[in-house]
Amino acid sequence: MIVASHLGKRYPGGYEAVSDASFVIDAGQMVLVTGHSGAGKTTLIKLIASIERPTSGSLVVNGQNLSALRRSALPYVRRHFGMVFQDQKLLFDRSVLDNVLLPLQIVGLPHREATRRAQAALDKVGLLAREKARPIALSGGEQQRLAIARAVVNRPTVLVADEPTANLDRESATDILEIFADFHRVGVTVVVATHDQAWVERCAPHVLRLDHGRLV
Amino acid sequence: MNAWLTQHRAAMVAALRRLVAAPFNTLLSLLAIGITLTLPALGYVVLDNLRELGNSASGVQQISVFMANGASRNEVEAIEKRLQALSTVRTRFVSRDEALKHLQQSEGMADLVASLPSNPLPDAFIVEPADSTPANLEKLKAQFAAWPKVAHVQLDSAWVARFDAFLRLGKLALLTLAGLIGAGLVAVTFGTIRLQVVAQSAEIELARMIGATDAFIRRPFYYFGALQGALGGLLGAALVVGAMQLLSPPVGELAALYGGSFVLHPPGGLEIAALSAIGAVLGWLGAQLSVSLSLRNFD
Repeated sequence: MIVASHLGKRYPGGYEAVSDASFVIDAGQMVLVTGHSGAGKTTLIKLIASIERPTSGSLVVNGQNLSALRRSALPYVRRHFGMVFQDQKLLFDRSVLDNVLLPLQIVGLPHREATRRAQAALDKVGLLAREKARPIALSGGEQQRLAIARAVVNRPTVLVADEPTANLDRESATDILEIFADFHRVGVTVVVATHDQAWVERCAPHVLRLDHGRLV
Repeated sequence: MNAWLTQHRAAMVAALRRLVAAPFNTLLSLLAIGITLTLPALGYVVLDNLRELGNSASGVQQISVFMANGASRNEVEAIEKRLQALSTVRTRFVSRDEALKHLQQSEGMADLVASLPSNPLPDAFIVEPADSTPANLEKLKAQFAAWPKVAHVQLDSAWVARFDAFLRLGKLALLTLAGLIGAGLVAVTFGTIRLQVVAQSAEIELARMIGATDAFIRRPFYYFGALQGALGGLLGAALVVGAMQLLSPPVGELAALYGGSFVLHPPGGLEIAALSAIGAVLGWLGAQLSVSLSLRNFD
């Protein structure tokens, strides 16, 4: 469960990306975050994934108040989230499999077990046959699916994605959002920032609409 | 514990891969470290050999105690007993007849000795103290000189003192040089690691966002710095051994010309391991400083 209360984020220099946002996302729910460019979607997603720290209000995820956490505790909290970035942040000098292995290496899983789980995650997104390829050899949709495999390989309780369909064609975008819906169906809490109106309508009323950093 | 070991093994493998991935760069870095470490290591080995040479040089550790010409047999024996009572010295008695015989055998001295009306040489004791520091030699000299019927105590203390001062100066110079070179090595590793951090900034940023601790991010760089330093140290040791092999025959010939025998001792296994360990520690230190400064940019 994610509970935000008067959540705010002001960057050095005074720019307030998110202000006074209060909402509740139940465990296992799928919620879309939408709004125009610069509305604060990315900041809100990063706040939920504990990549950014709030400057005001509180954010409680699975009973843990992220606003009050010490810096040294943040890496362990981040491991509970699966994060899909807008620019994917793939490592192009590593193979597809090695990209998915990274979160498992971070938690120190033995190599054999990590490989088994990474291959299972790749299978889930339909990329197992490409495990030895480099990400540069993948299409945009495949790269996004690889980013999802990396996000879910650690079996996160919350899957967070920042505009995962931004640079994809209609068909690939639908495929990607269906993958998120699949994870939602097996009980994972899913929070996705998107412009996709069809999906916004499909997920209504579970939509957080942002305008100039405020929930509307 | 398993996770900890797995992460350390992974970090070490990652560091080894980085070393192997750019063999030419690695070779140049190892040469830079090895050659830099060779200077103080060679200095240490040379000083060590000189110290050994000083210890084994004839006369350096000896004190000659000459009895008065009129000393009776009993008086000589009394001095011998006093010397034997000292547990920290070894004593050898050289009678006046034995001394004369030695003198006769010296080249060009036979005629001179034959022309003497009587034996002018005194009985003497050659004393070899266990502690051959200049201070102790001086103390013993004063002690022996105060004994009855001892006419003269001879000690080449000035030579010993000069040699000791030279060794101390050499040691100090070597320590200064080692300190400077150590700082240089830390700087070399600092630069190498900083470049690596920049090259891997995308990976570091990603790893942090998906739950990597600072230790996880730092570890491969630490291993890299330590491995590079250790291998550089081994290369430095190999260069020292090579230099000793080259120097040993001419040094031996030189010693033979002076009527002695001297063999240069190359560094032993323990010294080679120590040089490698010093390289590893300096590499680790450079990596530590570099990663700490570089990772601030990611905060």
